[in-house]
Amino acid sequence: MTGEIVALPYERPALAQALGADYEERLLAAHHWMTLARELDSRMLGLQRQGRIGFYGPATGQEAVSVAAGLASRPEDWIVPGLREQLVALVRGHSLARYVHHLFANDRDPARGRQMPCHPTAREVKYVSMSSVVGTQITHAVGIAYGLKLRKDTGVALAFFGDGATSANDFHAGLNFAAVLSLPVLFCLTNNQWAISVPVERQTHVKELAMKGSAYGIPSRRVDGTDFVACYATFAEGLEAARASPGPLLAEFLLYRMTPHSSSDDPSRYQAPDWMAHALAHDPVRRMEELLTRLGILSDAAHTSVREEATRLVKEAIAEAESVGAPTPESMFTDILASGPLPVPPRSEPA
Amino acid sequence: MSELTLVQAVNRGLQQAMHDDGDVILLGEDIGLNGGVFRATDGLQKEFGAERVIDTPLSETGIVGTAIGMALYGLKPVPEIQFQDFIYPAFDQIVSELAKFRYRSGGQYPCHVVIRAPYGGGVKGGLYHSQSAEAYFAHTAGLKVVIPSTPADAKGLLLSSIYDEDPVLFFEPKRIYRAVSGEVPEGDYRVPLGEARVAREGSDLSVFAYGAMVHPALQAAESLAADGPSVEVVDLRTLAPLDEKTVLASVEKTGRAVIVHEAPRFCGYGAELGSLFAEKALFSLKAPIVRVTGYDTPFPYALEHLYLPNAPRIVHAIRETMAAG
Repeated sequence: MTGEIVALPYERPALAQALGADYEERLLAAHHWMTLARELDSRMLGLQRQGRIGFYGPATGQEAVSVAAGLASRPEDWIVPGLREQLVALVRGHSLARYVHHLFANDRDPARGRQMPCHPTAREVKYVSMSSVVGTQITHAVGIAYGLKLRKDTGVALAFFGDGATSANDFHAGLNFAAVLSLPVLFCLTNNQWAISVPVERQTHVKELAMKGSAYGIPSRRVDGTDFVACYATFAEGLEAARASPGPLLAEFLLYRMTPHSSSDDPSRYQAPDWMAHALAHDPVRRMEELLTRLGILSDAAHTSVREEATRLVKEAIAEAESVGAPTPESMFTDILASGPLPVPPRSEPA
Repeated sequence: MSELTLVQAVNRGLQQAMHDDGDVILLGEDIGLNGGVFRATDGLQKEFGAERVIDTPLSETGIVGTAIGMALYGLKPVPEIQFQDFIYPAFDQIVSELAKFRYRSGGQYPCHVVIRAPYGGGVKGGLYHSQSAEAYFAHTAGLKVVIPSTPADAKGLLLSSIYDEDPVLFFEPKRIYRAVSGEVPEGDYRVPLGEARVAREGSDLSVFAYGAMVHPALQAAESLAADGPSVEVVDLRTLAPLDEKTVLASVEKTGRAVIVHEAPRFCGYGAELGSLFAEKALFSLKAPIVRVTGYDTPFPYALEHLYLPNAPRIVHAIRETMAAG
């Protein structure tokens, strides 16, 4: 990619303050994950075009938020995701191999190929299953937070959703319930400025979506969602605050959707050509790389090695997933109820 | 044993579960201090505290969505929807989320929520306090639908629902909340889900009903006892999953079926029963299946007495069926 980027405004003291004394290690870890995510998006969109997977919803442009959430959260925190948060599960320890099995909807997909790709479940890292309905997960985070508070559990529920979800019923119900009941929820609003083809200006009449949090009595702020350091500081501070004194907080992460909504979308129908130029200047991965290079902690050789490692990991996971067959037909009929008769095909049809 | 009304039996069932299991949480509109508009949760906030009996803001999607989150965490939430007519804002949560969590997560996230809602007509509630919406939910894979018709079943089925592992829609026939009373066992009394009850044995014709309609069905059967046909009444108790064995055994025995429900006829629960009999018991049938149901109209206010099935309409259907063959 070419073109100017907007540099991250940090020197070493500010980084130590935001990320801790081991900030170099943290930045390099974040860069590893961002590079892997970018490689995954690029390969998977390609595989979808070749018909090797059925669908893909890339998170290109949103990596800083997901990686920051994954690194700043603790094992006892719950992740209640939207469409573009799979990276949070991976950073928290969900295996890449399992995730790619899910993308291929094969027999080793933990959910037996029942959902479209990019809808993984990862209970082992408290990553909750999502539907494709926009916003319904927001109230689930509220209920989880109720349990956390009732049981004096130190975890926090992180609810992820986009700008489009702020128009949906459960956004309003969820924020209101969490505020009235003083629950430890971090509402993570990833404002990528598009709900498929509808720009955020057509989604709301308020100047900043964070104002909607304030309207419910929830401390709310807007954050540069393409700045990993700012995102990490926001999560670290927000999670600590919610743990210390249970109550909701809202962060609006302003960022750019740098790809189509999904593999089924064509932004040339609705997006001005210069929009992407602006987005590219805020590419979170390139901003991170510029920072690391400027600080002298990522040599060209090391950068190449990080990229090669990401390529290898993704390639291996794809090869493994493609060696596994489709889910068994019987799996259509299981996991519906814990008890009760299993549904069976009508006897006039071949089983 | 105590003599209780149906709504008192619901209250005792909730009280028992809350006493025995600290994970049981109630949430809903007006259920705490006020004890619920029908008093189903009367006294429970006082006994178990405001953390376990939660007066929520007014949003059904908020109530059910929050209950789903509680269940994901590991609690046993029992939300109340004040009237089943107001469940539709939560329809998305119930059908898109609650019903599908176990399936779409490959069993990693079972989601056990018991949604209580008073349903049905006969209390002069008009369009929005009278509906019978059970078919929408029975149609959805991943949900159980339970409807008691007696105080003992109200307690026993409710406790079984709370200790089940699946999502349950527990619909309470509000018309007989106080109109019906009966002996209810003490303690952790449970009636298994998925088992219909033969409420009255007979040999000539079977009436299938649930909820408040079981009572006019029984009245109709009794009124014919002296010189009419011998009528069996089957109380379904669990609509999903249906106890096919019991209902098929009944229709195979009598060879005649009358199906009664308050909900509109078109695509109502009776259509499923009728199809089941056509598919699996056709050669036992001596006469066409007859349905006695609400009409295919919105629920009327002034004319609800004409809308709701009653004993005379059921008697008429029984006679018609007997005359047909």
